[in-house]
Amino acid sequence: MKISGAEILIESLKKEGVDTVFGIPGGVVLQIFDVLYNEKDIRFILNRHEQGSTHAADGYARATGKTGVALVTSGPGATNTVTGIATAHMDSIPLVVITGQVATKMIGNDAFQEADIVGITRPCTKYNFLVKDVNDLARTIKEAFYIAKTGRPGPVLIDVPKDVSSARTDFLYPEKISLRSYNPTYYGNKWQIKQAAQAIARSKRPVIYAGGGVILSNAHKELREMAEFNRIHVTLTLMGLGGFPGTHPLFLGMLGMHGTYAANMAIHESDLVIAIGARFDDRVTGKVTEFAPRAKFIHIDIDPTNIRKNIHVDIPIVGDVRNVLIELNKELRILEEQKTDWNADRKPWHAQIRDWEDEHPLSYKKNTKKIKPQYVIEKVYELTGGDAIVSTDVGQHQMWVAQFFKFDQPRTCLTSGGLGTMGFGLPAALGAQAAYPDKMVFNFAGDGSFQMNSQEIATAVANNLPVKVAILNNGSLGMVRQWQELFFNRHYSGSILGNTPDYVKLAEAYGAVGLRAVTSSEVEAVIKEAISIKRPVIIDFVVEPEENVYPMVPAGGGNCDMIFAPEEKEKSGKDAKRRKVKKNSILLA
Amino acid sequence: MSVSQHIISILVENKFGVLSRVAGLFSGRGFNIDSISVGPSVEPSTSQITVVTKGDERIIEQITKQLNKLIDVIKVVDLAEKDYLVRETALIKINTSRAEDRSEALRITEIFRARVVDSTPVTYTVEITGDENKIDAIINLLRPLGIKEIVRTGKIAIAREDVKVPAMLEVKRVRA
Repeated sequence: MKISGAEILIESLKKEGVDTVFGIPGGVVLQIFDVLYNEKDIRFILNRHEQGSTHAADGYARATGKTGVALVTSGPGATNTVTGIATAHMDSIPLVVITGQVATKMIGNDAFQEADIVGITRPCTKYNFLVKDVNDLARTIKEAFYIAKTGRPGPVLIDVPKDVSSARTDFLYPEKISLRSYNPTYYGNKWQIKQAAQAIARSKRPVIYAGGGVILSNAHKELREMAEFNRIHVTLTLMGLGGFPGTHPLFLGMLGMHGTYAANMAIHESDLVIAIGARFDDRVTGKVTEFAPRAKFIHIDIDPTNIRKNIHVDIPIVGDVRNVLIELNKELRILEEQKTDWNADRKPWHAQIRDWEDEHPLSYKKNTKKIKPQYVIEKVYELTGGDAIVSTDVGQHQMWVAQFFKFDQPRTCLTSGGLGTMGFGLPAALGAQAAYPDKMVFNFAGDGSFQMNSQEIATAVANNLPVKVAILNNGSLGMVRQWQELFFNRHYSGSILGNTPDYVKLAEAYGAVGLRAVTSSEVEAVIKEAISIKRPVIIDFVVEPEENVYPMVPAGGGNCDMIFAPEEKEKSGKDAKRRKVKKNSILLA
Repeated sequence: MSVSQHIISILVENKFGVLSRVAGLFSGRGFNIDSISVGPSVEPSTSQITVVTKGDERIIEQITKQLNKLIDVIKVVDLAEKDYLVRETALIKINTSRAEDRSEALRITEIFRARVVDSTPVTYTVEITGDENKIDAIINLLRPLGIKEIVRTGKIAIAREDVKVPAMLEVKRVRA
């Protein structure tokens, strides 16, 4: 029986197990939306901007581990998805974005709402397709989902011309697919894994540096096993948060530009850095030549291009993180049986790490009147019992969340790490909430970031997605303001927002609940109230506007040259001498 | 690390947009393309791309890895690691309005084993195939006559077939 391209598309999505699609209709996708009209198995969520659709699909994918799907029209609908696609691409998130296209014979004619979206998104997708023949449609969709989810995941775009949606053909969905030019490596080289195990056994000062790959390959259990039985401390990248329990005694916190002192010092003094599903991003390494200068590197990654891209690696292992860790743990167990307790050699190292942790723990100066943004995050953590999916936007609040919210579970921290997309948080939270209607979903936003996709409150209300948005309102683009304060003579050029809307009224105008806290004492009650309301809530926390994120490694600096909060500086001066002595002692150890 | 020229041979799926993906990879990551040439390969569903690029060891490693990562790329070979043949073809249109220029042009053509493939009362078009040095040399000799136009294909290259010889007899072959 022949069915239309539009029907093939929706049937194919169902074959792929898609239950939720985010998007906005338009001229050339009317055929497809007409099929969706009677579709019971797929929930369509109408966003208010296509950027919101891709971020929502992205949030859905990050929270569930499934592939997120967005469906939009041609031209502006398609171009609006680009930021969302690029965000997913940088963070290796599996998405399938379906864009309508003008009819095949009109392509290239500058037709109404025509854009060469395949050309535009070529550098920011893992792969993209223009389907020119309805007979290719089903196989293309199969390939798109296969490519998006396998290997190093990423966004795939399918451009479907109007006449392809309306043309009719037999529907044959391929069961399996293989591409001769695409064969990701899933299992690490055995010899390399043995080498890695031996290097770990020999190491006196090892550190695990793990990233988003741990979450993408569902390797959190294996990572924990490795860290625990070897007694190796773990530091995570922003993308890795949740991949190792934030409350675990072996957890050092995040590393890098706004990482903890202990994490950065441990890396700096380490003799073996075990990089797992991380890519040595510049925000992590700081000045590359000063990143772990005394260490050997083991690097486990599924993407060979990540290896030796930024840093020399001694033992590269290309493969799926989980598969490699399973093998590596086996090898380590064998070595452990042969050798006497190698952990004895590491006692001085563990003591040194404890000292670093005591020396500069993450902290902020409490204030009983003005709301400290960190306090809000701590309170949300406390009042939700940490049992929440948290999305963030980008900037100061994002770093504070990374520092002060203790993520114990993978897929609970949704944040734009690579591209650093402001406006990501709210739509991503909607995506996660759509996947988990009964979970508490919090979006921490800055007032700058929030305004970049605030139209999505309408989506939340209309689709009954009861997300809680905590705006840490400091009246500025805080991270920009912080850099200007520290490095540009306090020239607050373009970073002060000036006239900002009344967020409570804005929430109410959209039909959501608006709450506000202006003093520290109000914070707890407001959060409790928000949690108790089963509707979308926007909370305006009017926070201390001059609060900065510390510690901080200035751009281009080495990670051991951290700037601390002014009140911390005094303390670090006093400790400097003591620390120097300790450093030497550890090097001799 | 020293910068050197590499010829990279890329077997790709013969689909629209593939060349753009390969070229885009170079431009997007700031890699350099000296020349690029494309044509059909043994199987009609594949194409062979030959890229001449420059870079230090780390950059060349990234280029080959990134190329391999492209979904449509089937095989990447850095010919610098192999023994290979390289050729380039040029079509050179020269001014021959004076009779003595014509005989000079023919003489030079003969020395280089090139061919005159087209002529008009005022021009010759010379076809030459060889390595880069040979083509540069003939261009330099023809230049005094007045070159109107040059079209070069860019390099194409192919690895020499591996000959299995006992290790004792193996000698380092000279590159063409």
